[in-house]
Amino acid sequence: MANILVYGLAHEGTVNKNSRGAVSEAAKVASELGGEAHAVLVGTNVDDALAQQLGAVGATKVWTVNAAEGVAQTAADAISALVEAQGYDYVVFGGGLLGFEIGAAVAAAIGGGITVEATELAVDGGRLVAKRPIFGDTLLSTSHYKGKGVIVARTNAFEVKETGGSATVESFDAPASAAAGQVTLKVRGEQRGADINIEDAQILVTGGRGLGTAENFSVADGLAAAFGSGAAVGATRAVVDAGWFPYAGQVGQTGKTVAPKLYVGLGVSGAIQHKVGMQSSENVLAINKDENAPIFEFADFGVVGDLHKIAPALTEAIKAKKG
Amino acid sequence: MKILVLVKEVPDAAVEKTIGADGRIDRSGEKTLNPSDTNALEAAVQLKEAGADVSEIVAVTVGPDSASRSLQGAVSRGADRSIHLSDAGLAGSDVVATGYALAELVKRENPELVLLGQQSDDAGCYAVGSVVGQFLGQPALSQVSKLELSGTTLTLERQAEYGYDTLEVTLPAVISVSDSANEPRYPSLKAIMGAKKKPVEKLDLAGAGIDAGKVGTAGSGVECKDFQAPAAKAAGTIITDEDTAATVEQIVAWLDSRKLV
Ligand SMILES: Cc1cc2nc3c(=O)[nH]c(=O)nc-3n(C[C@H](O)[C@H](O)[C@H](O)COP(=O)(O)OP(=O)(O)OC[C@H]3O[C@@H](n4cnc5c(N)ncnc54)[C@H](O)[C@@H]3O)c2cc1C
Ligand SMILES: Nc1ncnc2c1ncn2[C@@H]1O[C@H](COP(=O)(O)O)[C@@H](O)[C@H]1O
Repeated sequence: MANILVYGLAHEGTVNKNSRGAVSEAAKVASELGGEAHAVLVGTNVDDALAQQLGAVGATKVWTVNAAEGVAQTAADAISALVEAQGYDYVVFGGGLLGFEIGAAVAAAIGGGITVEATELAVDGGRLVAKRPIFGDTLLSTSHYKGKGVIVARTNAFEVKETGGSATVESFDAPASAAAGQVTLKVRGEQRGADINIEDAQILVTGGRGLGTAENFSVADGLAAAFGSGAAVGATRAVVDAGWFPYAGQVGQTGKTVAPKLYVGLGVSGAIQHKVGMQSSENVLAINKDENAPIFEFADFGVVGDLHKIAPALTEAIKAKKG
Repeated sequence: MKILVLVKEVPDAAVEKTIGADGRIDRSGEKTLNPSDTNALEAAVQLKEAGADVSEIVAVTVGPDSASRSLQGAVSRGADRSIHLSDAGLAGSDVVATGYALAELVKRENPELVLLGQQSDDAGCYAVGSVVGQFLGQPALSQVSKLELSGTTLTLERQAEYGYDTLEVTLPAVISVSDSANEPRYPSLKAIMGAKKKPVEKLDLAGAGIDAGKVGTAGSGVECKDFQAPAAKAAGTIITDEDTAATVEQIVAWLDSRKLV
């Protein structure tokens, strides 16, 4: 059977965009393989409306598994059992932290190969293959699977395509492993810090660990203020985790996706997980003291130097120019 | 309590990474201990310093003989001894095969806690921990930025896709440590010298009792090939700041040309 199984990550009644994109991408290649894209939702009392969010983007069948959500183990147990029971050859994940964890556990459990950070699925010789950029996105590699294959997508790589279709919904019961019983999710999705908006900003000045301290965010604030209204300040995960900046202002894989007219990175290294959240920015300006920083691979204008010298001077110059 | 820390040797960040004639990552250049793994080592040391009853910290690597230098570097960061699995039969192992070999090494030691880095610099899969956990039948949690141990319960914090999650895990478990969990210390000269004298167990597949058919090219379920250059993107302008007034002038001119100021 050439059907493809896709994991749908959901929270508070919505399947996340990357999972819906993964269903659309799987549906695209499934038809080439002569099969269909199916999906699986894991959670306590998943309802039909949630399942149909996946029917609407290309899934012909949605399995619902009644199990604790937000932890990988229960989902990995259920998906592995489903793959065995239904004979799926490929399992696709839209990414996200849980996608990586569940995907890796499933690959080990079903004895398959795994590809992470995939940006495209294709068919080659009647088999599914996945493309993945490697080495800081300077090379594209193609994964071929000997047997079963697990693919975890890069954030924002797969486009959601509404088909207006609907799926048959069926529940699947799977016994949870002992390992699943060792984990308890105490708090999920805690928002730390102020609820700020960075997605609507025309100009986003993003501060990274290179700022040095929480107080030094004043450098980013000053530059954003000089640009005027429409400018905002964002941050990398490193500094959000450090408590220097609110989580709502984080750009990247586990944060927000932004596409401003101008993105300015101050002391941001440009890790892949950050890049996936800002690569649609129209113009990228980076100031970083390390000439080998990955951000210079995708900056339109890069300055190798100390941000503490350059950013304040730039702020003054912009203010002067604006008069 | 015994803690195992999984560490890997990777090409140095400054070395341009390429694919060799054999279709695998060319690892001939300067190599180093995978940066993320220093966060895992630091986390182990901090658990011990925080008063956990840690009897031993053991650094474990799967890699060619040359990886012994990085393994020694790991030991200098606080391990008491190390284990090095090296065998020609391991070449070409994919994530699942590597995780399988690591899990077999973990089983021999039977620790309460396995720590590892958030990602390897070369393969960058953030997947090995979950594979190891699955083979061990233990929970695996990644990207952990805060961990506290009380008896056999670990309380963890991490950023997942909807915000911060707090979880409780009963040991044994496999935990991958985020780069924001701590600020790894540099080893002292004394620790660097001392690392040379700490015991290292060198194993090959047979010695470790690992099924050669489950590792290496033969034991791997995925093959990466057909390497292509990605769609070309116009290269940006990169300048080096020597005279800040002039630098700023250039930035403003660029902003101006793009109608951004
Ligand atoms: C599953 C997963 C999900 C993730 N999700 C996200 C995410 O959503 N968002 C995100 O941002 N990251 C995410 N990350 C983390 C990511 O891998 C990086 O660790 C993070 O982006 C690094 O942040 P940074 O650039 O601030 O810090 P660093 O990588 O430490 O970079 C700091 C930079 O500042 C420069 N610098 C230092 N001092 C100066 C100075 N005086 N002047 C100029 N430059 C200076 C340094 O050269 C360095 O390049 C994720 C990682 C994983 C594995
Ligand atoms: N060959 C290896 N030997 C020991 N540990 C490894 C090896 N490969 C990966 N790891 C560990 O797994 C982590 C994640 O690697 P990866 O899944 O490749 O991104 C690394 O930070 C290491 O701690």
